[in-house]
Amino acid sequence: MKNIKHQIFYLLPACLLLVYSSCRKDVSPIKEVVTPVTPPTDTTVDPIKGFYLLNEGNMGSNKASLDYFDYTKGQYHKNIYGELNPEITKSLGDVGNDIGIYGNKVYVVINVSNKVEVLNAKTGKRITQVDIANCRYVTFHNGKAYVSAYLGVVGDPKAPNGAVDEIDTTTLQITRKVTVGRQPEEMAIVGEKLYVANSGGYSPPNYERTVSVIDLASFTEIKKIDVAINLDRVKADKYGDIYVTSRGDYYDIPSKLFVIDTKTDAVKKEFDFGVSNLWIDDDIAYMYSYQFSYKTGKNTTTYSMLNVKDETVLNTKFITDGTDALIKVPYGIAVNPVTKEVLVTDAKDYVTPGVVYDFDPSGKKKWQAITGDIPGHFAFAY
Amino acid sequence: MRQFYKYFILLFIVTGAGQFPGNLFAQTHPADSSKTKKDTVKTHSLKEVSVRAGRISSRNTSATPVQVLKGAELEKLNSLSVADAIRFFSGVQLKDYGGVGGLKTINVRSLGTNHVAVFYDGVEFGNAQNGQVDLGKFSLDNIEEIALYNGQKSTIFQPAKGFAAGSSIYLVAKQPYFEPGSNSNGKVSLKTGSFGLLNPSLLWQYKLTDNLYGTISTELTHANGRYKFRSTNGVYDTTAVRHNGDIDAQRVEAGLYAKLKDSSSWNAKAYLYNSNRGLPGAVVNNKFDNKQRQKDRDIFVQSAYNKNFGKSYSLMLSAKYSNDHTHYFDPEITTLRGLLENKYDEQELYFSAAGKYRINSFWDVGLSTDYQFNTLNATENDSAQYRFVHPRRNTVLTAAATDLHFKHFSVQASLLGTFVKDLVDTLSAAGKKSKLTPALLFSWQPSADPDFRVRGFYKSIFRLPTFNDLYYTFIGNSFLRPELTKQYDLGITYTKSSDKRSLVYFAIQTDAYYNQVSDKIVAVPGTNLARWTMYNLGKVQIRGLEVNAQTTWKLPADIYLNTGISYTYQKAIDVTDKTDFNYRQQIPYTPVNSGSVLIGAEWRKLAFNYSYIYTGERYDSKANIPENYVQPWYTHDISFSYTTRYNKHKLKLTAEVNNIFNQDYDVILNFPMPKRNYRFTISSGF
Repeated sequence: MKNIKHQIFYLLPACLLLVYSSCRKDVSPIKEVVTPVTPPTDTTVDPIKGFYLLNEGNMGSNKASLDYFDYTKGQYHKNIYGELNPEITKSLGDVGNDIGIYGNKVYVVINVSNKVEVLNAKTGKRITQVDIANCRYVTFHNGKAYVSAYLGVVGDPKAPNGAVDEIDTTTLQITRKVTVGRQPEEMAIVGEKLYVANSGGYSPPNYERTVSVIDLASFTEIKKIDVAINLDRVKADKYGDIYVTSRGDYYDIPSKLFVIDTKTDAVKKEFDFGVSNLWIDDDIAYMYSYQFSYKTGKNTTTYSMLNVKDETVLNTKFITDGTDALIKVPYGIAVNPVTKEVLVTDAKDYVTPGVVYDFDPSGKKKWQAITGDIPGHFAFAY
Repeated sequence: MRQFYKYFILLFIVTGAGQFPGNLFAQTHPADSSKTKKDTVKTHSLKEVSVRAGRISSRNTSATPVQVLKGAELEKLNSLSVADAIRFFSGVQLKDYGGVGGLKTINVRSLGTNHVAVFYDGVEFGNAQNGQVDLGKFSLDNIEEIALYNGQKSTIFQPAKGFAAGSSIYLVAKQPYFEPGSNSNGKVSLKTGSFGLLNPSLLWQYKLTDNLYGTISTELTHANGRYKFRSTNGVYDTTAVRHNGDIDAQRVEAGLYAKLKDSSSWNAKAYLYNSNRGLPGAVVNNKFDNKQRQKDRDIFVQSAYNKNFGKSYSLMLSAKYSNDHTHYFDPEITTLRGLLENKYDEQELYFSAAGKYRINSFWDVGLSTDYQFNTLNATENDSAQYRFVHPRRNTVLTAAATDLHFKHFSVQASLLGTFVKDLVDTLSAAGKKSKLTPALLFSWQPSADPDFRVRGFYKSIFRLPTFNDLYYTFIGNSFLRPELTKQYDLGITYTKSSDKRSLVYFAIQTDAYYNQVSDKIVAVPGTNLARWTMYNLGKVQIRGLEVNAQTTWKLPADIYLNTGISYTYQKAIDVTDKTDFNYRQQIPYTPVNSGSVLIGAEWRKLAFNYSYIYTGERYDSKANIPENYVQPWYTHDISFSYTTRYNKHKLKLTAEVNNIFNQDYDVILNFPMPKRNYRFTISSGF
C-alpha cells in the first residue's frame, strides 16, 4: 500500500512535465520594426518618397526580407513583408537577389525560391508571383521587365546556358524568352538593346568572357562582346556607355572594370582595379571593391569614385568621416538622385543583421539603421 | 521557460530524496556486458546482476562524466540509429536534418561538432574532409553499448587518439556470447513502419574453436522517406509531404575474436556500408522539393591486439585502413560537362601502440603513440576538380599519462603531443603544426561511504582545421590555426542500491562546467554569397549544469520499473567582438534548457517504455531576434514489446509510436521533422 502511494506521489512530477508540454508560444507573423532615424525630408525638395532595401538572407534560411525607408517621416521600417503579406506560405523566400520598381509595382527577384515577387509599390502588398527558375536580376524597358536566369532549362545536362525572360508589366505574364551565355548576371538597356553579363560560374575555370547583346525588337542575341572572364555587374551611364565588372578567378586573374561603347558594341576602356559593385548617378560612378587574397589570407576593401563623362578616376571619397573602418563587408550601394546622399550596406558576417548607412554628399554619416540579413539591393520609390 | 525550470527543480528535489523510480540506463561495467545480458526474458536475474554491478559502475568512479546506454536498455529505446539514442544524454545537441536518411551530427557541451570523436570498438571513425561523423549511418542493430565521455575516457591505457578530442563517443559492437553447450547463435529481425521503412537484419555468431569466435552482422535499410509536415506562421497553414528523403543502404560487418594461449587477445573487423539517398534540402518558399542525391561507400578493416606481460606491463596494438567514397549529384546545376557530379575519395591508414606499466599498487604510468595518414581526392564530372590540391596529412600523436590511485582519491594526468604535417600539390600547405595539450582528472571519495564521490577535470585540447577548411576550392584558407578549447568540470556522483527495499537502485550525477572555445574556425563571406572563406575568429564561453538520475524499482506482482532523467542548463555565449550585434548572445541552436525522461516498466513477458525529450527555445542564427527564434520542441514516444518462446526460439514483437502528440517541429531551420510515426519490429533469436 505504502509503495503504491509513493508511486503516485513520485509520478506526479512526470505529469507536471506533460502539463508543461502545452506551453509552446503561439506563432505569429514577424512584425515590422519602425525606428525613427533622421528628421523627415522636405518633399518639395525631394519627390522621392522612400526606398526599398532587399536583404538576401543566407541560402537555405528562407530569410529574404524587405525593409522600407520612409523619407517623408525619416523612419526605417525593418522587415515589412511578413506583416503585410502574412498569408504567403514561408513568406518572401530564400535568397533575395535583386529588386526594381517600374510604374507602381515592385519586382523582387528571389533566387532559390525561383520566382519574381510582384508587389504594389505604394502599399507593399503582394500582387502575384512570376515563376522563373534560378532568377538573378531584373531591369525594365518600355512596359516590359527583363529577368536573367542562370539556366534556361533546369535539369538538361546539355543545356548549360542561361536565359533572359521578358515579362509584360501589365499582364504579369512571361511573353518571350531568349537564351544567352552561361549563368548570366546583371543587365542594362541602352536604346533598344539589352546587355547582359555572362559569368559561366558553374564551370570554373571555363568562365564565360562575354556580354550578350539582345535586340529587344526581335528578342534575339545579336552579338557577344568579348570582355574578360566571370562578368558580373552591368550599369549604363547617360552617355551611351555601359560599365561591366569582371570578378576574375579569385586566384591569379584579378577583378577589373571595363567600359563598353554601345555605339560600336566594343570595349573602349579598361580599368586596372577591381570593382565589386557600383551605382552610377548622373556623371559619377560610386564604387567599392572587397577582395580576398590567397597570398595574405586577408580581405581588403576600397571605395572609389569615377567620372563617367570622361571616364576618369576621381580622387574624392564618398565616405570621409572614418565610417568605412566600421564596415566589415560592403554589400550594397545606391545614390539618392535628388539629394545625392549615398547609401552603403554592411553585410557583416552574412548571418547576423546588417546595417545601412546614409552619407551626405560631403561623405559624413547622416544616419544608420539595422537591416535584415545580407542587405544588398535598393529601389527608390517615387 | 521559467515554469519549465521550476518543474525540473521540483523533479530533482523529488529524485534527490531518493524515491523517484527508475533506471533505464544499464549500470554494468563495460567488461561485464556479455555476461549480464544472457537473456532479456530472465528479467529478474538480469536486474539483480546489473544492480550489483552498478556499485562499481564506471559512471560512479570515472573522473570524467560518462553516460552509458547498453544492452537491453538500449534495445528498448525507440531508436533506429545511434543518433536517436544519443538524444537521451545530457549536454548533447543533436543536429537532425530529419527522416531516416537525414544527416545527424552531435555537439557536446557546445564545443562544436568537430570536437566530438566517435570510436567503434576502440578505433576512431575519422573524417579528415569535414571532421564530422554522421551518426545516422550507424544502426543500433549491431551495437551493444554507447558511451559518451566528456573530456576523455578516465583511463591512461588507451590509444593516443583517446586523449585527443573534446569529448568522445564509444560504440561497442555486440560481442560473441554462447550459452553453455552451444556453439552458434544468432538473431534475425525485421523493422517496418512509417516512411516506407523496411529494415531486415541478421546477426550470426559462431564458435570456430574454443578460443576463436566469428561474427557476421548485416542489414538492409530501405525507406521512401516520405512524411507529412506542417508549416505555419499562425495565418498561413500548409501541410505538405517531405520528398527526396529516400534511402537504400546495406551494411555488412564481419568480426573475428581470438583468445590466445598466453592470455592475450586479438580481434579483427571488416566493415562495408553502401548507401544511395536523396538529400531533402531546406523547405523554403515556393520550393518544397529538392533533387540532390548522395551515394556513400565506406569500407574499413581494423584489428586490435591486447597482451599483459606479467602483472605490471600491458600492451595494446591497433591498426586500421579505411576507404570512403562519396558521390554527390546536383541536377539543378548544369556545367559544361553536364549535371554536377562531385566524387570524393578519402583514405586513412592508422596505427597505434599503447602501453601501461604498473609501478606499484597505487601508481601506473602509460605511454601511447598513434600514427595516421589521410588523403583526399576529388573530381568533378570525372575530371580533376578545379584547383583541387590533393591534400595529404601525416599525424603523429603521443600521449604520456600517469595514474595515482589511493583508497579515497585518484588522480590522472596526461600530456598529449600532436604533430601534423600537410602536403598539397599547389598553393601553400598549412605546413607543420605541433602542439602540447594537458589534461588533469581526479576522483575523490570524501567520506567512508563509497557511494558518494566528487570528481572533476581540466582539459585543454584543439581540433585541427579540416581539409575542407584549409583547401576547399574558393573557401579554404591555409593560414588557419587550430581551434582551441578549454574545459573545466566539477561534479558529484551518488549511488545507492539495496535488494531489500522496493527502490533497488538509485544513482545521480551532477556536473557543473565551464568551457571556452577560442580561435573558432568560422566561415566568413568573401566577395559574394558563394565565396566564403574560413577564418579563426570566434570566441565562445559556455557555462553549464547537467543532472542525470536513474532508479530501479522492484514492485509487487513482478513489476520492474525504471526511470532515467537528464537535464541540461547551458549558457553558451558569443564573446568574439564587443562591437558585434550578437555580443554575449546565446550561440545558434543551443537551448538554455533541455532534458529527457525515460520510464520503463516490465511485467513478465511484457515491457512498456515511455520517453520524453525536451529542447528549449533557441535561435537558428547568431542574433537572438524574433526572426531567428525557434520554438521549443518536445516529443513523447512510447513502445510496447512482448517476448515469448516459440519452438525454442525467443520471439520478440515491438510496436513503437513516436511523437504521439503529433508535434510539428524543426531541429534545424527549414528541415521539418516527422509528425506522429510508427515502427514495428519482429525479431527472433536462434
